[in-house]
Amino acid sequence: MEHAAESVPHVRLPEVDSRLLRELVEYLRQRRTELRQEWVRRITDAQLLGVMTPEEIFLEVTAVYDNYVDALETGSVETLQDYARDLSERIIRRGVETHEVLGIVLLLRDVLARSLFVHYQHDPDVLNRILDAYEPAANRIAVTVGVSFVEERERVIREQQAAIRELSTPVLQVRERLVILPIIGVLDSQRARQLTEQLLMTIQANRAKVVVIDITGVASIDMTVANHLVQTVKASRLMGASAIITGLSSEIAQTLVDLGVDLSMMKTVGDLQGGLEEAERLLGYKVIQAGDE
Amino acid sequence: MSVPILKQGDYLIASIQSALTDSEVLKLRDDLADRVGNFRSRGIVIDVTAVDVIDSFVARSLQTIASTAKLRGAETVLVGIQPDVAVAMVQFELSLDPLLTALDLEEGIAALRRSTGGVDEDGR
Repeated sequence: MEHAAESVPHVRLPEVDSRLLRELVEYLRQRRTELRQEWVRRITDAQLLGVMTPEEIFLEVTAVYDNYVDALETGSVETLQDYARDLSERIIRRGVETHEVLGIVLLLRDVLARSLFVHYQHDPDVLNRILDAYEPAANRIAVTVGVSFVEERERVIREQQAAIRELSTPVLQVRERLVILPIIGVLDSQRARQLTEQLLMTIQANRAKVVVIDITGVASIDMTVANHLVQTVKASRLMGASAIITGLSSEIAQTLVDLGVDLSMMKTVGDLQGGLEEAERLLGYKVIQAGDE
Repeated sequence: MSVPILKQGDYLIASIQSALTDSEVLKLRDDLADRVGNFRSRGIVIDVTAVDVIDSFVARSLQTIASTAKLRGAETVLVGIQPDVAVAMVQFELSLDPLLTALDLEEGIAALRRSTGGVDEDGR
C-alpha cells in the first residue's frame, strides 16, 4: 500500500512518562500467557472469528499481543501496522468482517485495562498515571489496526473491480469486418469511456466496418451513459464504421425516450440476431442454408 | 509545410503529415479546389492518419473544402481519424457533415467509388 504513510497521520505515539511506560510494558510481558488466554477466552465468548480454528486464533493472538506490547514500548505503530495489513490480507479472503476485527482489538484493550485495574487497585494515584500512559496509546493502536483492515479491504475491492472491468468488455470479431460488443452489467461513465476506447482500437486493428453493440445485459441506463453511447456511435462513424445497437429492453427504451436523448442517428435493432442480420446486409453478406442452393 | 496533393486516376489524395497552421489549411483548400478543376477529378481523399488534433477551425475548413469540391463535381472523404481524435471530436461536438469518413486510404477510395457510381475491385 503506497498511501500507508499518509493514511495514519501520526504514526508516533504521544510522549508519556518513560519510567511508567517501562513499568507498564514490563508488567504486560510478565503476564503475557495469562492475558493472552484471557483475551482468547473473551474472543470465543463473543463468538468472533467463527471462520478460524482455536489454534489459528491463538497463533494470531500471540503475534498481535507481542506487536501490541512492542508498539506500546517503542511508541511506533509501524510494525504493528504492517502486521495488521498482512493479517488483514489473509483473513479478508476467509470472510472475516470489519466488526470482528474492531471487536477483537477493543477486547484486548479491555482485557489489559481490566488487568491494570486489578494490579494497581491499592494505589489509585499510580493507577491514574498508568492509565494516562496506557489509554492514548491503546486507542491509537486500535485505530491503526482498524484502519489497516479497512484499507486492505478497500484495496481488495478495487482490485476486484478492475478485474471485473477488464473481463467484462470483450470486443469480438464474428465475420470479416464485423465486430460485436456485448455489454453486460452496470454501465457507468468510467466503463462507458473505457468501452469506447477499446471499441475504437478494435475498429482500427480489425478494420471493422460494422459494429453491433448489444446491451441486452444492461439493466438500466442514465442520461450520462446514454449520451456516452451516442458519442461512441458518432466516434465509430468518424472512423468509418457504422454502429448498430441491439437488445434495448423496454425499460431502457422508455428511459431513453423520457430523458429525451436524441437517438435519431443511431441504428437500433430489437435483438442481437436482428442486429447481425442487418450488419450482414450492410456488408453484402448473404447467408443461405446449404440445402436451399 | 504545405500538403502534397497526389493524383491517382480520377481521385486526388492529400495526406496531412503534421499539425497545420491556419494559413496552411487555407492553402490546402485553395490548392484542392484548383486541382479538382485542372484534373477533372471526381473525388478527394484527405488522409489525417498522422494528425493528433483536429480543432474546430480545421473541422470547419475540411467542411468548406468538401462543399467547394462538391460544387466542382468531386466528393470528399476523410480517412485515418485516430481513435482518440474521434473521441475528442465527438466530445467537442465537431461535425464533419457533409464529409464522408472512412477507416483508411483503401476504404476511402472504395467509398468514393461507391458514391461516384464507379465499380471497385470487388465488383461491388
